[in-house]
Amino acid sequence: MEKIGFFVCHCGSNIKATVDPNVVLDGVRSIPGIVVAEQYPYMCAKTGQNMIADAIKTNGLTGIVIAACSPRMHEATFRKVAEAAGLNPYMVEIANIREHVSWIHKNKEEGSQKAVALAKAAIAKVKLNAPLFPEENSVIKRALVIGGGIAGIQAALDIAEAGYEVDLVESSPSIGGKMAQLDKTFPTLDCSACILTPKMVDAASHDKINIMTYSEVEKVEGFVGNFTVTVRKKARSVCMEKCTGCGDCWNKCPVKNIPLEFDLGLQNRKAIYIPFAQALPLVPVIDREHCIMMKSGKCGLCQTVCQPGAIEFDQEDELVTQKYGAVVTATGFETINLDKFGEYAYNDSKDVITSFEFERITHGAGPTGGELKRLSDGRKPKSVTFIQCVGSRDISGRGKPYCSKICCMYTAKHAVLIKDKYPDVNVNVFYIDMRTPGKAYDEFYRRGVEEYGVKYIKGQVGKVVDKGNCLTISAVDLLDNVKMELETDMVILATAIQPVPSAKPLASMLSASIDTNNFMTEAHAKLRPVESPTAGVFLAGAGQGPKDIPETVGQAGAAAAKVIGLLSKDVLLSNPCTAMVDINACNGCSLCAPVCPYGAISYGPATVNDHGLKTIERVSHINQALCQGCGACVVVCPSGAMDLQGFSNKQLLAEVDALC
Amino acid sequence: MIFDYYPGCTLNTKAKELDIFARKAAEKLGFELREIEDWQCCGAVYPMGADVVASKTPSVRALKASQDNGRALVTLCSACHHVLKRVNRDAAEDAEFRATLTAYDEELEYNGGTEVLHFLEVLRDKIGFDKVKAAVTNPLIGRKIGAYYGCMLLRPGAVMAFDDPESPTIIEDFIKALGATPVTYAMRNECCGGYISLAEKEMSAKMCHAVAEDAVRRGAEELITACPLCAYNVKKQAGDILPITYFTKLLAEALGLDGEEAKANA
Repeated sequence: MEKIGFFVCHCGSNIKATVDPNVVLDGVRSIPGIVVAEQYPYMCAKTGQNMIADAIKTNGLTGIVIAACSPRMHEATFRKVAEAAGLNPYMVEIANIREHVSWIHKNKEEGSQKAVALAKAAIAKVKLNAPLFPEENSVIKRALVIGGGIAGIQAALDIAEAGYEVDLVESSPSIGGKMAQLDKTFPTLDCSACILTPKMVDAASHDKINIMTYSEVEKVEGFVGNFTVTVRKKARSVCMEKCTGCGDCWNKCPVKNIPLEFDLGLQNRKAIYIPFAQALPLVPVIDREHCIMMKSGKCGLCQTVCQPGAIEFDQEDELVTQKYGAVVTATGFETINLDKFGEYAYNDSKDVITSFEFERITHGAGPTGGELKRLSDGRKPKSVTFIQCVGSRDISGRGKPYCSKICCMYTAKHAVLIKDKYPDVNVNVFYIDMRTPGKAYDEFYRRGVEEYGVKYIKGQVGKVVDKGNCLTISAVDLLDNVKMELETDMVILATAIQPVPSAKPLASMLSASIDTNNFMTEAHAKLRPVESPTAGVFLAGAGQGPKDIPETVGQAGAAAAKVIGLLSKDVLLSNPCTAMVDINACNGCSLCAPVCPYGAISYGPATVNDHGLKTIERVSHINQALCQGCGACVVVCPSGAMDLQGFSNKQLLAEVDALC
Repeated sequence: MIFDYYPGCTLNTKAKELDIFARKAAEKLGFELREIEDWQCCGAVYPMGADVVASKTPSVRALKASQDNGRALVTLCSACHHVLKRVNRDAAEDAEFRATLTAYDEELEYNGGTEVLHFLEVLRDKIGFDKVKAAVTNPLIGRKIGAYYGCMLLRPGAVMAFDDPESPTIIEDFIKALGATPVTYAMRNECCGGYISLAEKEMSAKMCHAVAEDAVRRGAEELITACPLCAYNVKKQAGDILPITYFTKLLAEALGLDGEEAKANA
């Protein structure tokens, strides 16, 4: 026979003002099984906790119900009390009479009656509770960071500094990411390469960091503390160990005129190339699509000139499988395609460029050697016009509904960079709203306006027409409320950013969720911003949402701290409130696995005992470490074989019965 | 293949060429434009006034007639195409609009079921530009032709569902099918100022000039349009810069139909 203890908390006046504790106690006292019914002003306080512990020990309670605040607040507290007093922590139920009663009702009489009803439901449930025991899983002390931009580099460095092994996977031939392509950074105008390159070198030389460039994640299995990940190291065709990065190969390569991705196609590269001078590792790759040797077998010049003999045309992709305790996704962003924005004439005119292309033009190592030039005729422009929000905050369906966040500031930076080098150039900026919150950001933008004379025009541009020797912009000046036309020599589009396309398949491999814009979703928008809802997967950088460098570095550090916290544990206790399958009832219909958001369900043979007749059947199998107890499989199971421990169908129905 | 046909007022008066060449070309391409009975003027401007009965009933009558005939409704005039598609959308999506009309006249019960097509859409989606190309007997080789879309044919983009309103290609593809060289220029989807051509002549002239000059700058030697208002306005304001004709006339020419004879019959 069960012995249930029942405790009502006053929560000071929070509950007591609207719920009469004596009415609640009187309402449940006569329920069979109730052996203790008590009240206290603050059940969560030490004295209240002792009261519960004493009652458990003295009366040999088999279950307790606490009528108090939301279980989100103190369920963990009371479970600890029960455990310390010798009661299985899963024999504790909470009746939420604060958020669900006292805080939302005014009538004390009705409130008290509702509290009684909720208490009765919780008592009905606790009688059907069974002791549950969390499983222990060991933690692999190694982390995987996906993405070798500043987010990934920072996260890898921080984790490695704490003493854990880190693998850093990057899909392009070098680490560095978008930051490596930038000229200067706002608001301090630090040279981007000067602050990034040392970090790249630190990461490359760190004995705990293993960098895999030109590599992609191919397969993920397992769960928090114990992921098994397969990475495809694409054939570089150059031996990493032998190559000295001397450059003889790419100097001799006869294939020219391949658009250099790093320069957004504004400069060309060879078929064997490094993306930029400070690339890490400083080992070229052969672009097999364009290499003559790979296509026709007739060339091999690079192999001939390579003194260390590092060229390996017959190299093959390599699959590396490794176990990790935690994963950080730092996949970053790209700019959107502008094909649908014909009004800006981007596809029509060489003198209409994106801000990212301008970043290369103003860069000393870029296509113009840092000189401001029109790409059509090489002329120095007399006037440059920036257009902000190109595809951002766009609800027409052509662009993105969100604010890309970084554009106001980088446009302010670009405007100042031009004015600083060429004070005689007129610089106009079309904007919808200026968004410059950030340390020293607004001051920077204002300096552009007040000291450098950058002219800001509130309004969106309707049309850009390339007239050959200049461009005409038709727009509306919303402050003067006039339609305006403006002649300019160069147009720079602050193009919306979006997650890289590989983020979506990666999220699906990791069972991590993404939002409608393919940004990685955080577990809680405010309180768990660097964790994915999938345990053991952490988020850093613009793959989670548009963000600038300081914010990215901050988030990467936070993600690293979470990883370090996880890896510092030897074992992880899993939540035992997971799905459980009754293999005698399961008919292996395969409806449950597709609805499982965590990939916890698989199918396999099991010995089923059917009234003494033992047969081997294909049945559902739950990986307890992966299951998060959401119950989706229980709902979808047609045979009633699936149930949720701690929230079984029987328990829930008993609650409903008690209420009605 | 038979399509219901809504010529609209202008095609019976100022823009007879747009109509006659279309009918002839259709015949050659193997489809028929069957004029619906007793059609009334669509108004040529999408009515924004509160009195939907007075302003939208003619369009609904035409759309409903086509639904009863079980055929798609084809138009040639940019303005008719614009008004019919928008009223069709209203009938499909606005319950209050439907209720107002049926309260006025039960016979106006209509829920937007008719497919409204521009003649160019028929060529692209129902016949196929490849078939048009195959039917060309007099390819217009060497002619550099600019497509002048104007404003109404394309916008609002979601309702017209005709082509990308900012970088359309349908008329360029049409020109290519006829063997000529399309000239793409930035101002091809800008307004000619047709509706203000009487009230603000100078402004309208400036707008026509901007279109014609941009086309010439990119190498166009002639313009084609589907809009009677554009044709009238550009011819009047910028006809000295380059000629403008209806796309159907160009089609008839490429199909080897005797243009002069057709014109004489007009």
